[in-house]
Amino acid sequence: MSVSFDVVVVGAGPAGSAAAMVAARAGRTVLLIERGAYPGAKNVSGAAFYAPQVLEALVPRFWDSAPLERVLTRRAICFTSPSSSLAVDFKNAGWAERPYNAFTLLRPRFDRWLAEQAVAAGATLLCETVVDELIRDGSGAVTGVRVRRPDGDIEAGVVVAADGVNSFLAKQAGLRGELDPHDVSLGVKEVIGLDRSTLEERFNLSGDEGMTYEFLGSVSGGVSGGAFLYTNRESLSLGVIVQVSSLAERRVRPQDLLEGFKAHPAVAPLVRGGRLIEYSAHMVPEAGVRMMPRLYGDGLLVAGDAAGLCFAVGLYLEGINYAIASGWAAGEAAAAALDRGRTDAQALAAYQSRLERGFVLKDFRRYRSAPTFVMSERLQNVYPGLLTGLAEQVLRSGPEPKRKLISVARAELARAGLPMSQLVRDLVDGGRAFAW
Amino acid sequence: MVSTTLEEKLATVRFRPDEVPHITVDGEICKDCTLHSCVYACPANLFSLLSDGSIVFSHEQCFECGTCYVACNREGAISWRYPGGGLGVSFRDS
Repeated sequence: MSVSFDVVVVGAGPAGSAAAMVAARAGRTVLLIERGAYPGAKNVSGAAFYAPQVLEALVPRFWDSAPLERVLTRRAICFTSPSSSLAVDFKNAGWAERPYNAFTLLRPRFDRWLAEQAVAAGATLLCETVVDELIRDGSGAVTGVRVRRPDGDIEAGVVVAADGVNSFLAKQAGLRGELDPHDVSLGVKEVIGLDRSTLEERFNLSGDEGMTYEFLGSVSGGVSGGAFLYTNRESLSLGVIVQVSSLAERRVRPQDLLEGFKAHPAVAPLVRGGRLIEYSAHMVPEAGVRMMPRLYGDGLLVAGDAAGLCFAVGLYLEGINYAIASGWAAGEAAAAALDRGRTDAQALAAYQSRLERGFVLKDFRRYRSAPTFVMSERLQNVYPGLLTGLAEQVLRSGPEPKRKLISVARAELARAGLPMSQLVRDLVDGGRAFAW
Repeated sequence: MVSTTLEEKLATVRFRPDEVPHITVDGEICKDCTLHSCVYACPANLFSLLSDGSIVFSHEQCFECGTCYVACNREGAISWRYPGGGLGVSFRDS
């Protein structure tokens, strides 16, 4: 082997760039390898970047230089039936100030910028390079990576696998098995251009403020999942995210779901007059701790989507913050292990300890039952219709005498074919997932 | 237009196909599959079912999402790796 780095990071998404930045700042030689023509070329999110304080701690006042779209001050969660919708619409003008609550962004631009910060910290960025396999010594410890180039062996003290949801490296190292189609969702997305003044008027936004919509119920056409619509500066990012197993079982094409979503009466007026800029698709690890691989091995750390660190539990749809936090912890653990001259699994276990102490694994463990609850048949296909049905019965006007709420609720439960005992059980499950 | 066909959607995406297909399908394994999950799940509609029950596919407009091999219930039917460095899909505005 001729080329050697202290730390080799595979994948220049948010996890990889954060890991490379932190390890480089700790004085280590770092190679950041990206298979795309540029960082972000292969990456897709909504994208809303929540809890951005984690990046502020790494790059102070990042909002001055990072390519961000809008600062989020309004969030709507929308339950849908084929013809109706019921939204919880929250706005907080205070979110337009520091500490910002969240931003929308476009990944090809943002990821490129973040990788530049890693380079500024001293990391070497190598694009257009696919890592095909890990190199391991006789004991199985990872000692480098093999890239798909002539003489493609690169030696590493520690390898950080930030190679995304498909993470062939974590699989090859035996840290995880095959992806289960129940644990991952497919997101199909469109960015739709709208001129700025139309967009701001339509969504009631001023200045750089933005909003997000999340949809549950009939918008995903009976397939388990949901839909989203986010405002960018001069475009909308919208899409459906559906469980891969459910998609296969229902024999529905994802692009048809996307068209159905745009045609829904709650969505069509929001996208009217827009022009398609780019279509994209990506898989999302959504099962939380159920799908989490072992996070480290001899000479190897796993971060970001590769570690299943996408927090998709209905109320929250976050990944970039967990990617950056895990990358940071990986960069730090790698540098500390190298400082001590030991990079075996025991020495790298500090990575997981740090994730356990911080918000990353606390969130995933606290909400461990939420992904299963959110994807359950009744939550997906019964309750959104029940809620919109209730709203319709209560809000409609007509010549008949008005019923009181409890009789409306009983009738709607009966119409949905939902016994009261089942509702109580689901409320307890929901409470366990989200409330206590 | 807000409502678009798949062809219109794919026309917005930049692809630089690898000469070597990064997906291979083992027709022997999938010939008696009745589910054909890959045909439905692929967001670029790259898999087609022929009248004789066999699957044909193309790799040129692949998003590299991995959904096809995850959805497939037949072990080993779809082999999937990343296209060569710098090749495949490049998102610009997503």
